[in-house]
Amino acid sequence: MSKQVTLTIDGKQVTVAEGTGVADAAKLAGIDIPVFCHHPKLEPVGMCRMCLVELGRPMRDRATGQFVMENGAPKIQWMPKLETACTNKVEEGMVILTQSAKATDGQKGTVEFLLTSHPLDCPVCDKGGECPLQNLTMEHGPGKSRFIYNEKLHLDKMVPLGELIYLDRERCIQCARCIRFQDEIAGDSVIGFDERGRSTQIVSLSDPGFDSVFSGNTSDICPVGALTTADFRFGARPWELDAQASICTQCPVGCNTTLNTRREAKSGGDVVVKRVMPRQNEEVNEIWLCDKGRFAYHYAESKKRLTKPQIHKDQKLARASWDAATKLAADNFLKAKKDFVILASGRLSNEDLFNLKTLADHSEGKAYLYSDMAGGELTSLVGVGAGTNFGKMGAGTTIVVVASDLYEEAPIWYLRVKQAAARGATLIVLNPRETKLDKHASFVVRYAYGDEAKTVSDLGKKSKISDAFINAENAVILYGSEGLGVSGSASLASACAKLLQETEHVGKPNNGLIGVWTRANDQGAWEIGLNVEEDLAKALKGKTVYIVGADPVADDPKLAKALEGAEFVAVQDVIETATTEIADVVLPAQAFTEREGTLTSGERRVQRFYPAVPVTGEAKPDFSITSQIARHMGVILEGTSISAVFDILADSVKSFEGLNYAKLAEIKPQWPIVGRGDMYYGGTTYENTQGMGVHLSAAAGRGEKVSISRVQREAAPRPKEKELLAVPVTKLYDRGTTVMPAELLHERIGEATIALHPEAAQNLGIAVGQTVNISFNGFSGEAVVKLDDTISVGVALVPRSMGIAIREPVAVKVKA
Amino acid sequence: MAHILLRHREIPDINKLDIYKKNGGLIAFKKAVTNMKPTEVTDVVKNSGLRGRGGAGFPTGMKWSFIDNKNWPHYVVANADESEPGTFKDREIMESNPFQFIEGLALASYAVGANASYIYLRGEFWQLAAFLDEKIAELEAEGYLGEKLFGTDYSLKIYTHLGAGAYICGEETALLESLEGKRGQPRVRPPFPPSYGLYGKPTIINNVETFTNVPMIMANGADWYKSMGTADSPGVKIFSLSGRVRKPGNYELPLGTTFRELIYTYGGGVQDSRSVKAIMPAGASSSLIVVNDEKVLDTPMDYATVRTLGAELGSASVIIVDDTVPLDWLINKTVHFFKHESCGKCTPCREGTYWMSNITERIHSGHGTNADVDLLLNVAKQMQGKCLCALGDFSTTAVVTSIERFRSDFDKAVKA
Repeated sequence: MSKQVTLTIDGKQVTVAEGTGVADAAKLAGIDIPVFCHHPKLEPVGMCRMCLVELGRPMRDRATGQFVMENGAPKIQWMPKLETACTNKVEEGMVILTQSAKATDGQKGTVEFLLTSHPLDCPVCDKGGECPLQNLTMEHGPGKSRFIYNEKLHLDKMVPLGELIYLDRERCIQCARCIRFQDEIAGDSVIGFDERGRSTQIVSLSDPGFDSVFSGNTSDICPVGALTTADFRFGARPWELDAQASICTQCPVGCNTTLNTRREAKSGGDVVVKRVMPRQNEEVNEIWLCDKGRFAYHYAESKKRLTKPQIHKDQKLARASWDAATKLAADNFLKAKKDFVILASGRLSNEDLFNLKTLADHSEGKAYLYSDMAGGELTSLVGVGAGTNFGKMGAGTTIVVVASDLYEEAPIWYLRVKQAAARGATLIVLNPRETKLDKHASFVVRYAYGDEAKTVSDLGKKSKISDAFINAENAVILYGSEGLGVSGSASLASACAKLLQETEHVGKPNNGLIGVWTRANDQGAWEIGLNVEEDLAKALKGKTVYIVGADPVADDPKLAKALEGAEFVAVQDVIETATTEIADVVLPAQAFTEREGTLTSGERRVQRFYPAVPVTGEAKPDFSITSQIARHMGVILEGTSISAVFDILADSVKSFEGLNYAKLAEIKPQWPIVGRGDMYYGGTTYENTQGMGVHLSAAAGRGEKVSISRVQREAAPRPKEKELLAVPVTKLYDRGTTVMPAELLHERIGEATIALHPEAAQNLGIAVGQTVNISFNGFSGEAVVKLDDTISVGVALVPRSMGIAIREPVAVKVKA
Repeated sequence: MAHILLRHREIPDINKLDIYKKNGGLIAFKKAVTNMKPTEVTDVVKNSGLRGRGGAGFPTGMKWSFIDNKNWPHYVVANADESEPGTFKDREIMESNPFQFIEGLALASYAVGANASYIYLRGEFWQLAAFLDEKIAELEAEGYLGEKLFGTDYSLKIYTHLGAGAYICGEETALLESLEGKRGQPRVRPPFPPSYGLYGKPTIINNVETFTNVPMIMANGADWYKSMGTADSPGVKIFSLSGRVRKPGNYELPLGTTFRELIYTYGGGVQDSRSVKAIMPAGASSSLIVVNDEKVLDTPMDYATVRTLGAELGSASVIIVDDTVPLDWLINKTVHFFKHESCGKCTPCREGTYWMSNITERIHSGHGTNADVDLLLNVAKQMQGKCLCALGDFSTTAVVTSIERFRSDFDKAVKA
């Protein structure tokens, strides 16, 4: 524990860790020193001058170093001027007055100064109701303005910094919280100040504007209504909103969110989600959220939502009863016997997946996880131990990121890994091309696509880099699927797991393997025992298939073809997809916003989400639909109480042992203190009141003997002359079914691209920005050419879920 | 008495290296590097009682001794921003006696162990920067700057750097930010530059004139220097005299010279033989000294005594205000200047200077009321002691002192 320091604030003795700022120390003691520019996650700058206090230090005798005493107490030497509580660090014996006449005079003065140039348009401001300036004005502001209203500066009120964030120049109080967030936390220095004095204004420095996937956070920490999101601006008044805890379903990080909802006339009297806000979980997402998580929630309210069960009759889908639809599915599943295949998405909850897996186990069927990335059986063996927290990693910890562009695949992990590196953790980045994480790494290794497993295994051999890994007190490996399909990622995962085991970096907190999955609950699926199938097309062809939450027809023409030849297809999903179009029976599922459940994050933390809006049409939760089908098949699965499903799951799956819904809902005190009452301090992020989740145990952590076999991957295909090796990479904003309904993100999604080395482009006579044809295995598609000189000449990068179904390395022909 | 700083006034062409050398130049630097310990140089400067000529008057040797010797490298920076309205002394030094200034900078660099030093010039001094670059090149060519000087292990490079035209960059921490390539905005102090300066490293920043004193002190000794000026403020100072005087200009005089001597003996008296109404001893940042009594003019100009008049000597840019100047006009000018130059970082200065300028404009244009004068005074006082750096406070001193000391000028303005 760090050294403790005792000081007195407003007569109250306060003991805090050395190095704490006075404003934060006061907060810990329950004393609110008003702040605007200070934010507990940012370096203090002392520029708004709101936190002015009287500060005194005990006088010391120069000769003895002892306190000079006066009337039995140390004599205090007061600073001549008011001091900023944010920039001054606590010292032993310090005395602070936050409420004295002099201090409050300073605080009131600052509020009055700020208000001279503030438009006071609270009645039409999105921040009204949750605005620090509004609150602190109520507390400290003058009742009457001495500034002549007509002399106010009038400035632009709708300045788009990018397409996601708007600036109201009149409301901005130049606190620089947004700039400092981008510089210090996001690491994307894309906004800054321009001009000076009263003309100082925030400008975007990037093209496209505000080019950062963390931009939405600036609107949370903006202490006024200057920064608003294009999604929420003019959307609702904060006090009209209800709040419900949820978990982001866009990536494996499992960010804790709050869904703000409102019943409104413009949505036909429905209760709708108005915005997604971060909810504090210092062990997961702190108080941040990436823009995809914040803005891509719209699919749940898509016009293409499935609202009733349908059965394919006379060449079209016709409405059916739940009983008829589930009976039809059940009859076909029973009839199929061994040819019954379940294809389940990692978007589903643990309970949904558990019921699906149980159904497969009790019939003669198989249950596959719909994913191109393997290795999850290893993350449940040697996954990171309970108590793992990136937020506490620093010197002594080595973090390896391999075959993953975290900024694009799991932005909040990027942010936390980057910060761990800044605190002294050794970061080793292994990737075939340059990624944003490189500049924060101690070591960067570039390998050729295909050499992933070997590169990881080399960390076990003698070298400067391997020393940093082997000798680390703690070591974590995050592995992804950059350039890999099922077989490549299986091989990479085994190399990682083996290395961790051999170097004894398993079974402990802050040690182990993390999969950078493509979906929110892939890890949960692996824990429950689902597997991926390498040749999915073969596995589906001619079978009776129960597809849950996936759209293979749109994703891959090969799979579409396989499903054409399927015996029977039942599709259960939230919205209409290309796959529901070919279904024999369609079962409407509830969106995650309409129901409760649990998800297992990539860090193996199980977290609860809660219903926020009423159910759409006749949709049911997935676990319940599966249970209804199972009943028709003579299998009894819990279909009513989701917490009961979880209890059965916890009894059956070892890593879930001892967990229940009540435990997942537990919370503990967190720093910084944030929440509704004191949003002047941490911003409008939500306080966590509904649960921080619990880590699963890993086999290695339970002391079980773990054996890991080395998986040899098939050799990558060799491109012939005039061919390139196309490899899949992940892009944050893709054309996935959960992203596309968010129209706001379309500019960021852009067109399908193919990245080539400049030399390769030159060889092919292709210019940057040109649309080219890509053909492979009898399929073809179009993409716009981008250049990347950090890849090798024979390689082409093709983003996943952008319309070109490259799911593993494949030789392609590229033509202008 | 011969000039100590403005030596070109007696020695033409001292801005040529051979002439400078012929007149004793660079002996002190060579001697220091080859024969003295760095701390001995600091001690001589400390003993001389030299105080910083940039405005604050902080003892120079003491500042040098504060350099953090546990943290390296060290830097020395010459503040050649010369941005205070009414100050034009550093320019004359650099234009006409550049080697003495550079030698002073080099001596300071040796004293604190800096191997790289910077001259930060205001953007408008671009010709001067090119001129100094030539002088530095000449010194390098003759082995006075560069690697392993005079056969020792001591190396020194000096670089010039141009600002982009902001008053705030004369503030030492804003200067450092600008020198680092960032926006010129002040840092919160403490930490002070001798422990956390350029690139976060220990840094000594002094004014051009301060450095220019150093070679002469090293050559002639601390006692020689102390024999001039007063006990509290030894040595000579360049007074930049301007305003309603007949002969404005730079006058190098011992500290402790009276206002009367400066104005009448050197400045040729007030234009049109009118009487002095007020004195701004430190440019636009001044408190206004009331000259309601002839005795005020007999006050010696040194750091301590000027304070007894409720003002600061500052950089000694003495602006003479005669009885034709209405002070509501004067502070309207100064406040507009500060509004224009406020960097915008802290609230009281950014908003306060804007607010004050609205009020001074209103008063000066004849649209003000008595309540406006009270409001102006109140706003100025509300800023005082609350700002992040000194600029905010400086913007209020002329306002507060002119209203408090010359209220009748304002009464006239609002009645009119």
